[in-house]
Amino acid sequence: MATPTLDRTDLTLPPETERLIRERVDTLAAERLGQLVDERVAAAMRRDPARNTVAIIASKGTLDMAYPPLILASAAAAMGMEVEVFFTFYGLEIIKRGGASHLKVAPIANPAMPVPMPNILGMLPGMTPLATWMMKSRFFAKHNVATLDELLDQCREFGVKLIACQMSMDVMGVAREDLLDGVEIAGAATFLDFASTAHTTLFI
Amino acid sequence: MTTAIHIDRFVDAKGQMCPMPVLTLARAIKELAPGQVLALAATDQGARRDIPAWAERTGNTLLDEREEAGVLTFTIRKTA
Repeated sequence: MATPTLDRTDLTLPPETERLIRERVDTLAAERLGQLVDERVAAAMRRDPARNTVAIIASKGTLDMAYPPLILASAAAAMGMEVEVFFTFYGLEIIKRGGASHLKVAPIANPAMPVPMPNILGMLPGMTPLATWMMKSRFFAKHNVATLDELLDQCREFGVKLIACQMSMDVMGVAREDLLDGVEIAGAATFLDFASTAHTTLFI
Repeated sequence: MTTAIHIDRFVDAKGQMCPMPVLTLARAIKELAPGQVLALAATDQGARRDIPAWAERTGNTLLDEREEAGVLTFTIRKTA
């Protein structure tokens, strides 16, 4: 049985039909093209290395503020991200040899402390060691939170780059030997160069 | 009834607090061959969302997650 064939030369459409067909094709093509472009862009953004890069500045040297940069850095590294932590100013304390275990937290002028204490009490001798001990044991140890030293080990294990700020070291008289092994030393420009490629940049 | 998935490795992260469950998982999954399955038990409530986020990020497959008596158990297949 002969299949009906469409002979192009015999096919003449009225101009109106031509126009309608053309419009329809245009609409469909635009939709489909739009879809394809969206898909490609989404895939490219997922592949974007910046999405996998985290730059953290750690500028504080108290017990409570040393945790966020280290927890975030180790968690990010465990998720396969490339992480650099830049320790500047008081943050240098965290990466000094033996530094992490000596960080303290003062109850004075710290109204967010879990056990609120009037400043007039907070300034008494012994209150800072007390507050530090309470935070270490009741806050962290009791709930099985890793110690700062443990977190630093984890960071190293997962390849987090720990960088000490050159300027802060000079200003505070910190020598390379005072810092933990494996810590690099760099300045603002080096860090900013890395941070400029990072999707996530945090100042702590 | 779901068919039982064969677990190649069981990781106990009970009692560990953020970020340790994710770190423990990342460490353990390195020792698996692609296609192998591990089960992770955690008590950290933050793990409820952290573990799926980790799986999404690292391209590994979360096969199952359940909770029983405060213990969250995640079953993950190593794909990457």
